[in-house]
Amino acid sequence: MRQKSKFLRFIPVYVMMLPGLAYLFINNYMPLPGLVLAFKKYDARKGIYGSDWLGFQNFLYLFKTSDAWVITRNTILYNLAFIVVNTVFAIAVAIILCELAGRAKKFYQSAILLPNLISSVIVGYLVFAFLSAKNGFVNNTILPFFGKEAIAWYSEAKYWPFILIIVSAWKSVGYNCIIYLAAILGIDHGIYESARIDGASKWQQITQITLPLLRPTVIMLTLMAVGRMFYSDFGLFYQTPMNQGALYSTTNTIDTYVYRGLLQLGNISMSAAAGFYQSIVGFILVLGANMLVRRIDKDSALI
Amino acid sequence: MASREDKIFGILGHMVMIALSVCALVPIILMLISSFTDNGALLRNGYSFFPEQWSLGAYEWVFQSNSGTVLRAYGVSFALTASGTAASLVITTLLAYGLAKKDLPFKGFITFFVFFTMLFNGGLVPSYINYTTVFHVKDTFFGLLVPGLLMSAFSALLMKSYFVTSVPGEILDAAFIDGAGEFTTMLRIAVPMAKPIIATIGMFTGIAYWNDWNNGFIYLVKRTDLYSIQNLLNRLMTNIQALVQNASNVANAAEGLAQIPTVTVRMAMATLGVLPIVLVYPFIQSNFVKGITLGGVKG
Repeated sequence: MRQKSKFLRFIPVYVMMLPGLAYLFINNYMPLPGLVLAFKKYDARKGIYGSDWLGFQNFLYLFKTSDAWVITRNTILYNLAFIVVNTVFAIAVAIILCELAGRAKKFYQSAILLPNLISSVIVGYLVFAFLSAKNGFVNNTILPFFGKEAIAWYSEAKYWPFILIIVSAWKSVGYNCIIYLAAILGIDHGIYESARIDGASKWQQITQITLPLLRPTVIMLTLMAVGRMFYSDFGLFYQTPMNQGALYSTTNTIDTYVYRGLLQLGNISMSAAAGFYQSIVGFILVLGANMLVRRIDKDSALI
Repeated sequence: MASREDKIFGILGHMVMIALSVCALVPIILMLISSFTDNGALLRNGYSFFPEQWSLGAYEWVFQSNSGTVLRAYGVSFALTASGTAASLVITTLLAYGLAKKDLPFKGFITFFVFFTMLFNGGLVPSYINYTTVFHVKDTFFGLLVPGLLMSAFSALLMKSYFVTSVPGEILDAAFIDGAGEFTTMLRIAVPMAKPIIATIGMFTGIAYWNDWNNGFIYLVKRTDLYSIQNLLNRLMTNIQALVQNASNVANAAEGLAQIPTVTVRMAMATLGVLPIVLVYPFIQSNFVKGITLGGVKG
């Protein structure tokens, strides 16, 4: 009886929650049965459930091609490079910013954070202004200055790992450094005071105090990033290289592969298989990373 | 008393940060300058920080001679950002308010239902088939508004923890006992107290909508009149002719193309695409930083 009246009292609350829950149902749960497409030969007329079963054939095809290896390698290696480069830069910038004060500090922080707010499409335009073979700033101004020949950036795959790592750093260092800045500001000031009295130099303070105390934050953020290692920023990998076929060997990731298969090549089965592979391995990585985070610091874990 | 070492560190620090700030801003400045460069000069000398000849041609063309394609896309972007952010805040706040209720029956199950969406993701293919075959959002405004962006479980959970820690349940209970309905209690008491988090989440949502090009890219096939500024920019990168084809007089497409300052027009439109963000940036910057710190640990 009590339980029932309590339930009745909360009916308005359930009604209030309904739109949000309905959206999550539509956006995140309703598509899930569609995952079986990875095991089917999709026929739009027959629909998801009517299409014929293929078993593991889609996966066999996918992993027989070199594509599966290339997109997995690219996705993982880029993520690793982003983790290392962006973390190192973010920590260095945070340490420097901490020592500076006043309006200059605020200006620097605003400047390096701004790229984070620019859409991937426009980032593609900005990179194009620098790298366009005919009109680009690099080919027209920088390379001639050093007496070098122009480079056809958009058809030479070997340069793209560096370009994409630079673009990623340009976009995310400002963002990541804010988190480290907050962590540094949280360090007890007294520790630095007493170190200074003991005659510790600035460099010693950084290496002996700041960096060791940042370790938990670094580990936590790195583990979180490892959990997302099977996913890539579609905008970065699609827009920055302008979807150029010649660059696929170093720019194709699982996300761009799935997109192209589905909407440009009409190869839905292959796309579905790659997407399924991403979902499952991605899920395992998220769970694994979270379990590790939980062992280190319960409050920071998602689950 | 700053030691000599502190001073040196300070000077070095300023030098490094000035260099990094320049790196961060230079691409944006190049875009801005190119948009004010004469098209012919740009084609002759390439993109340059010191153009041979300045010109307003690109902007004149954008605002006058293309039957308003660009301005319409701009309008779509504003409408999308406004309606998307408003709708998102309403459903997120309502959901978060419920999740924060201490003794709500089935709360554990509902929270897990929300939370699981952060762990597992079906990916593009099932989602695309769901939205196109069940909900038919292809070539509608809903295709821009709904998929992926309308609400994130993460924001809902973030707002829920804000409600739990900053809006005391006793106050809500007192209001309830005084005869206020659940909805009135939320609107009059909980929402005003949660303004900071609502502002932060609204800002992130607004930026996400303004910058989104993905939904239009996937779901708009024929209705190019529904393109947001990002979608138009995306289309123009490969195909400047789209601007003319969209114009009413298709017959004169070739003639129209000859008149477009093709390269600088792209940069003018990219500048217009960034402009609203840059304009509001000084006002939202501190809130943005706070939001990153808040979400960063778990984000």
